[in-house]
Amino acid sequence: MSALPDAVEGAGTEAGSGSRRLADVIFRVREFGIIAVLLVFVAITSAIQPRFIDVQNIKFVFFNAVLFALLALGETMVVLTRNIDLSVSSVLGLSAYLSAHLFSQVHGVPIVVVFLAGLVIGLACGVVNGAITAVARVPSLVVTLATLYIFRALDVIIVGGGMVVASTLPNSFLAITTSSVGAVPYLAIVIAAVVLAGAFYLRSFRSGRELYAIGSNPAAATLAGIPTGKRIFSAFVISGGIAGIAGVLWAATYGTIDSTAGYGYELTVVAAVVVGGVNIFGGSGTVTGAALGALLLATINQALYVLGISSFWDLAIDGFLIVVAISLDHWISVRLTSALRKRSLQHAT
Amino acid sequence: MVPDAVHEGEIAAGPEAVNGPSSSAAASEPLLVLEHASKSFGAVRALEDASLELYPGETHGLVGENGAGKSTLVKILAGVHPPDGGVLRIGGREVVVPNPAAARDAGIAVIYQEPNLFPDLTVAENVFMGRQPLRAGHRIDGKAMHRRVLDLLVPLGVRLDPERIARGLSIADQQIVEIAKALSLEARVIIMDEPTAALSAYEVQRLFRVVDTLRASGAAVLFISHRLEEVFVICQRVTVMRDGRQVLSRPLEGLSADDLVRAMVGRDVVEREEREQVRRGDVVLRVDRLTREGVFVDVSFEVRSGEIVALAGLVGAGRSEVVRAIFGIDRYDAGTVHVAGKPLKKGAPVAAMAAGVGLVPEDRRLQGLVMELSIGGNIALASLKHVRHFGLVRRAAENRFATEWATRLSLRYRRFSNTVSTLSGGNQQKAVLAKWLSRRPQLLIVDEPTRGIDVATKSEVHRLLLELAQEGVAVLMISSELPEVLRVADRVLVMREGRLVAEFPHQEASEESLVAAATGQTEMFAP
Repeated sequence: MSALPDAVEGAGTEAGSGSRRLADVIFRVREFGIIAVLLVFVAITSAIQPRFIDVQNIKFVFFNAVLFALLALGETMVVLTRNIDLSVSSVLGLSAYLSAHLFSQVHGVPIVVVFLAGLVIGLACGVVNGAITAVARVPSLVVTLATLYIFRALDVIIVGGGMVVASTLPNSFLAITTSSVGAVPYLAIVIAAVVLAGAFYLRSFRSGRELYAIGSNPAAATLAGIPTGKRIFSAFVISGGIAGIAGVLWAATYGTIDSTAGYGYELTVVAAVVVGGVNIFGGSGTVTGAALGALLLATINQALYVLGISSFWDLAIDGFLIVVAISLDHWISVRLTSALRKRSLQHAT
Repeated sequence: MVPDAVHEGEIAAGPEAVNGPSSSAAASEPLLVLEHASKSFGAVRALEDASLELYPGETHGLVGENGAGKSTLVKILAGVHPPDGGVLRIGGREVVVPNPAAARDAGIAVIYQEPNLFPDLTVAENVFMGRQPLRAGHRIDGKAMHRRVLDLLVPLGVRLDPERIARGLSIADQQIVEIAKALSLEARVIIMDEPTAALSAYEVQRLFRVVDTLRASGAAVLFISHRLEEVFVICQRVTVMRDGRQVLSRPLEGLSADDLVRAMVGRDVVEREEREQVRRGDVVLRVDRLTREGVFVDVSFEVRSGEIVALAGLVGAGRSEVVRAIFGIDRYDAGTVHVAGKPLKKGAPVAAMAAGVGLVPEDRRLQGLVMELSIGGNIALASLKHVRHFGLVRRAAENRFATEWATRLSLRYRRFSNTVSTLSGGNQQKAVLAKWLSRRPQLLIVDEPTRGIDVATKSEVHRLLLELAQEGVAVLMISSELPEVLRVADRVLVMREGRLVAEFPHQEASEESLVAAATGQTEMFAP
């Protein structure tokens, strides 16, 4: 027996902190990886077509990226809990039309009220998604696929053949997305701050960590006394609310809104989240990663446009990135697991 | 045994408790009393008038065959199943635990055989999830959390990095995380449901030290195990259950393993008669310098027809990985595998099956059975060509085929068409065995064949393996249970850290020599 305690004490902290460093580096590398790909892409594109790093062009990239980064924030919260929200694009469309329509309905309506209207519409949609998923326990893939169609159908019924045109919108509203410091729109700065706040929340608050716990092991989360239903419900409501706000911003960006606003965005948002390193089965990933994923996709989109390549390639490249991101995730987690296991073996023997 | 540095009082270990053996505790009041508990599931009475008394500062063994009601009893105490009747008192006060949260609040913690952690989160977060220490602004205080986890782990004599993510932790370390969680909740009653089933001998030793520390700090520990020898090592008191009732409950002193077994089965279990002379045939399996980088190195051995060879060693020594490589589930980097003199294609389980190799995997739920398929379907699954007509599986043929093997293995089932998930653990294992035996393999590889099954079924499985060997099958068995290895194997190979380090013929193998070889601490048991 006498030899055994030594072995226990010998399982020292060095090996422990070693595995921590390893894990840390790999997770940080994941976000560095996106930035690296982004820089390479910008470098190559601007070498071929210097126009790509024009102020105007960079602005365009940010226009697209901010909307997707914002939507990716809400989507990440849902995906972390091992759920998915496919309805965001329809919520965005509904909110974009109804909120912009307010300007022609109510004269001199304050812009804040318009944003609130968009938020409320989004929250209401989120409540529907969250309630069916968390209370009735229907898989969210099915629920939000259904509401993706239902919300879009509502939009089509309300809009009919009509549309909101930019001339009915106040200039101060349209300026929200166009005013900028140099090439960086104010809005991009605001959204970056919102994303960082989201990251802070998910890292430092109990309810934020609980979203990770639910996605990592739902059964254990229930046993740990986490109100899983309530948290999942909240995640959907937040995602809905964010999509509502994104709808108002969409209206301010494009000015012309018919019933197709945001059509097909849902998969781009999911793509941004996955490319950004959020595990599609929940439990791991960050909102900053997801936002960077959105920025990467928007950059590629614009690069192809500038290079005069058909936008069909855009979809192919998005798809390619998804496969690369998921394969990379899998590869990293397999490596990480075996590295950690080897270390704990060294402990044990 | 007990580390002298007890940090900042997370464990309320008074100095007198640390040194105090159980003798004084026997006089004290029981911490937990369960009286006349009963529970039925439909028409099945799982628990009938069960009683239990747990004393502070004592480890209490709970033994009984599968189906005796141990699991149901644990689930009642854990708040998973509310009992139909009975009274639960903790510290003299009557309590009800209708759900796991209530049990937790009542000071009861359960450490399951396979802990349920959050793989993506750190050890510290796993311990404190939902109860993380906070600082200003309701923010999680990561430093305090780190420190408090260390304060829980250090007195247990366990080194684990609190910031490491839980994915990849060994089962033993996962249990330690659960124990730390229990301590952080200030649990007074700690229930361990077969904690040693998946642990290596070394890890069991460490767990025992932890259990002793818990006991010394005044906790009441309920220790459930199929391994009676463990109960004698770690427990002061024992309760034996049979058919949902308590049949014996008293201090362990003066009891023998035979007494317990008699109480468990209600009859004497016949030990296997002395081994008959081994009739060794031709070499069936030859493994030559098999290497998989970072996992195992230069593994060479032979198994002959009619021979049972055991692979012993710690969990994680690479034993399962070797057999998985042999069978073609995992790749290997160097070396060769021959079956009956012919080289076996690598990385091709189909080729291994065609060559007459059968593998009964370690985790029968994940790898051995299709849980939602019928019992008959599972047994016939590996032999579909025998029950197929014009490409379609005939249910009647399938049942006829499966019945033959179910009878031979005395599988206990209600209907063949029921899903295999309705069988008890021991019978599930028999179903996996039946599936492979029905292919009449030349070489049968069994990985932990009796993990988590009861004593009587265990000896049936042992008898079956011996019979197979008599019939000329070559058997390669991985087992972490030394008594089983000593009882069944003709030859024992010991692996440590991916290498084959020792070989013992049946006569020379002893528990001490195997443990010494497996842990590499030969001097420990030197005479």
